[in-house]
Amino acid sequence: MSDVADRVRKIVVEHLGVEEDKVTESASFIDDLGADSLDTVELVMAFEEEFGIEIPDDAAETIQTFGDAVKFIEGAK
Amino acid sequence: MFDLNGKNALITGASGGIGGAIAKALYDAGATVALSGTRVAPLEELAANLGERAHVLPCNLSDADAVNALPKQAAEAMGSVDILVNNAGITRDNIFMRMSDEEWASVLEVNLTSTMRLCKGVIRGMMKSRWGRIVNISSVVGATGNPGQANYAASKAGMVGMSKSIAYEVASRGITVNCVAPGFITTAMTDKLTDDQKAGILGQVPAGRMGDAEEIAAAVLYLASPEAGYTTGTTLHVNGGMAML
Repeated sequence: MSDVADRVRKIVVEHLGVEEDKVTESASFIDDLGADSLDTVELVMAFEEEFGIEIPDDAAETIQTFGDAVKFIEGAK
Repeated sequence: MFDLNGKNALITGASGGIGGAIAKALYDAGATVALSGTRVAPLEELAANLGERAHVLPCNLSDADAVNALPKQAAEAMGSVDILVNNAGITRDNIFMRMSDEEWASVLEVNLTSTMRLCKGVIRGMMKSRWGRIVNISSVVGATGNPGQANYAASKAGMVGMSKSIAYEVASRGITVNCVAPGFITTAMTDKLTDDQKAGILGQVPAGRMGDAEEIAAAVLYLASPEAGYTTGTTLHVNGGMAML
């Protein structure tokens, strides 16, 4: 498991208050992890801060799952 | 009550009568204030009168890039933006059948679109800190309409609908979004009215007088305070009974 994935998982666990093992590759923030639409905005904000990147709104909308987030961030770094 | 020590407030249109009174009320309650407006001299003068917790951030609200940059400048000057008061507004009156697209667009741009941009710009920080107060200064005209002011009334009514929608979205993050709708208030804008116009206006106001800018500022102070945490999506009408809504 990559370093990026570990850091993303930590943010997701902390922000959404979910068990670590629920945060799987295909876990959808909204459908599986109980996030509301504002939570997804806050997660993107937290990712931007943690990794020092900018995630534009149109890209943010494509980040639906934990796997999507890790993939986007690894591509952006 | 209404202690704003440690809170940072951004106020647009602070060079005007109502904006200046709002800035003073928030400052006197302990807030640090960022004063924005187009005219630098009155902003500097107000800041000097208030004291060291006042910052001057000139901004032309019809310039989208400048508006988008303002929340960041305010956060850099003060550390954060906990309170946003969208007070700036312009009028370009004309009877509707003669109102140009340009008269319409410029009023909507400054009064409504810049308010939207500033709200968006400050909410990010407010969401993180789980606390925020947005107070948008609407107008009685937004609720009642006024001949010659289709553009202005639309912008002020638009503000109310937008504020309610944002209020829904961010309520769970400790952020409230409300409007204050002044009636006829003694300012430079109303000084331009003729005596006949003034008499006509006062005939519609049960209180029998125009309001003071301080009476608007008091309503804003309440909505900006920690005590108003359960008040969101509302419009506080301060109009001497002119329209009881």
